[in-house]
Amino acid sequence: MAIQISGMVERRGAGLWLTHLAMIAGVLLIFFPIWLAFVASTVTQPEIVRPPMPLWPGDQFVENYTAALLSGVNVPVAVMLGNSLIMAVGIAVGKIIISLLSAFAIVYFRFPARNLFFWLIFLTLMLPVEVRIVPTYEVIAGFGMLNSYSGLIFPLIASATATFLFRQFFLTVPDELVEAARVDGARPMRFFWDIILPMSRTNIAALFVILFIYGWNQYLWPLLITTDPSMNTIVMGIKQMFPSGDDVANWPVIMATSILAMIPPVVVVISMQKLFIRGLVDSEK
Amino acid sequence: MATVTLDNITKRFGRDEVIKGVSLDVADGEFIVIVGPSGCGKSTLLRMVAGLETITSGDLRIGGVRANDREPMDRDIAMVFQNYALYPHMSVAQNMGYGLKIAGLPRAEIAAKVADAARLLQLTELLDRKPRQLSGGQRQRVAMGRAIVRAPSVFLFDEPLSNLDAKLRVQMRLEIRELQAKLGITALYVTHDQVEAMTMADRMIVMNAGRAEQIGTPLDVYERPATLFAAQFIGSPSMNVVNAEGRDGALHLGEAALPNSTGHAGPVKLGLRPEHLRPDPEGPITMQVQLAEPLGANTLLHGRLATGDSFTASLPGVHTAGQGSGALRLSVAAEHMHLFDAHSGARLG
Repeated sequence: MAIQISGMVERRGAGLWLTHLAMIAGVLLIFFPIWLAFVASTVTQPEIVRPPMPLWPGDQFVENYTAALLSGVNVPVAVMLGNSLIMAVGIAVGKIIISLLSAFAIVYFRFPARNLFFWLIFLTLMLPVEVRIVPTYEVIAGFGMLNSYSGLIFPLIASATATFLFRQFFLTVPDELVEAARVDGARPMRFFWDIILPMSRTNIAALFVILFIYGWNQYLWPLLITTDPSMNTIVMGIKQMFPSGDDVANWPVIMATSILAMIPPVVVVISMQKLFIRGLVDSEK
Repeated sequence: MATVTLDNITKRFGRDEVIKGVSLDVADGEFIVIVGPSGCGKSTLLRMVAGLETITSGDLRIGGVRANDREPMDRDIAMVFQNYALYPHMSVAQNMGYGLKIAGLPRAEIAAKVADAARLLQLTELLDRKPRQLSGGQRQRVAMGRAIVRAPSVFLFDEPLSNLDAKLRVQMRLEIRELQAKLGITALYVTHDQVEAMTMADRMIVMNAGRAEQIGTPLDVYERPATLFAAQFIGSPSMNVVNAEGRDGALHLGEAALPNSTGHAGPVKLGLRPEHLRPDPEGPITMQVQLAEPLGANTLLHGRLATGDSFTASLPGVHTAGQGSGALRLSVAAEHMHLFDAHSGARLG
């Protein structure tokens, strides 16, 4: 009996090692290109273009990153990072505010054609930015919002997904809570502010993470409406750094920019991880 | 503290009439229990008093003032919900003080009132806890506390004890009654549990299918049920009802003949409470006992009469089903016989 048990433990131990080995291999596989990008951002231009490619970091880390942040290729990367940050935070916060309010209206108020409005919002899920990009551009250009933060942010703020998510969450809030608040004397917006908002905070955090990354990774829209390099966002800016024609690409600086572009989303995900998982897994009721 | 008057109140959901005209005068400080089976409209009636449902027709007056069109917050009421409806993200103290905070009272005054209510309900230790850290009974107390800090004119309770275990229910029922008596606040209390209704009410309303079958004190309803429904709903185990016929100055149940105090002739329904039956070798009622449930202090005997009607008797002490042939003769005092109209179910005599 005792032997059998130890055998089981051994087998389980082996299984544990195997799964870990597989996972480590997977991580290495995915991490490898990022490692290459990092290596490329710490060496000089000639070292990159001369095969074989270096696999270990060089000594140009400070030089390359300073060059990228302060001068870049077209515009300093620091400026592009700032633009991206404003756009991503603007989109995330704007989407959350709009969708919280519209979900609140749809769930808690009885108004004519309430369901119609819900389905209209829901339908826009089927129309991603790319599909409506020409008319949207027309509108934004008409308002004179090209090359501006408002032009970058406003068209991307409406969110059917977030509205739907909050609607589903609000539907799980017991009706008695609404009634208790009414008896306590809370008017609708007071109820929203004091009860609904604090109860949704984990959902809000989870959505913020998702929407921040969504905003950060926008490529096509900023590419269309920003012609002024000082309004470039970093994700599109990387592409703009690629030379046209016969110019030589400054790979170390481009790679340094790529690495820099990855940092903010990673920071957001890691710092909000706990709230994020709680928001997706359980809801406090 | 206020009177509450319901004047022929009705409620319609679309074409369904769920409350079919209920009238009631509640005196200041009175404890009224609205009791009935699920779906009888008792919660709807309470919610109309609270202002959470609109009143289709009829008048509601609280403290003499018509309140039909007032918002819940302007009716000077406080409500305790079945699921307590505590705000999950607020501490006990914040939950209790939320109504006062909205009313714009200064913070110190809110804290003082909350502390008073907490002392009354033995919640002082728990003021900083969140609802999810509390047991069912404690949550119930917090919900009560939230109601009393506002010093309302009327308390409304919507089955507040139905989520508690049996022992706690008995304890909380006493506490609620004591608290209400101490504060002297008019209360409307909805329950489906006839024991709660019997023990707590000054007066009770027995509701059935949107109508008030009977309004009266618990003992009134128990001793002189106005309808067959009220008779069977109040009392545990519930009243035996058998078909009988008034003929030749006596009541006939098959072979058996019982004295007919009302003198009513023709088919009637006869109601006999199990606990009013006495074993009597000469008794007119013969019951074939099929099952005995000894409860300790008394025994429930289930069986059938010669007419085929199922019948229950509750006898003091311990009895067993297998005694003798299984036949048991019973008698009943004339004042404990309830006669009802065979068709309408209304009380006769």
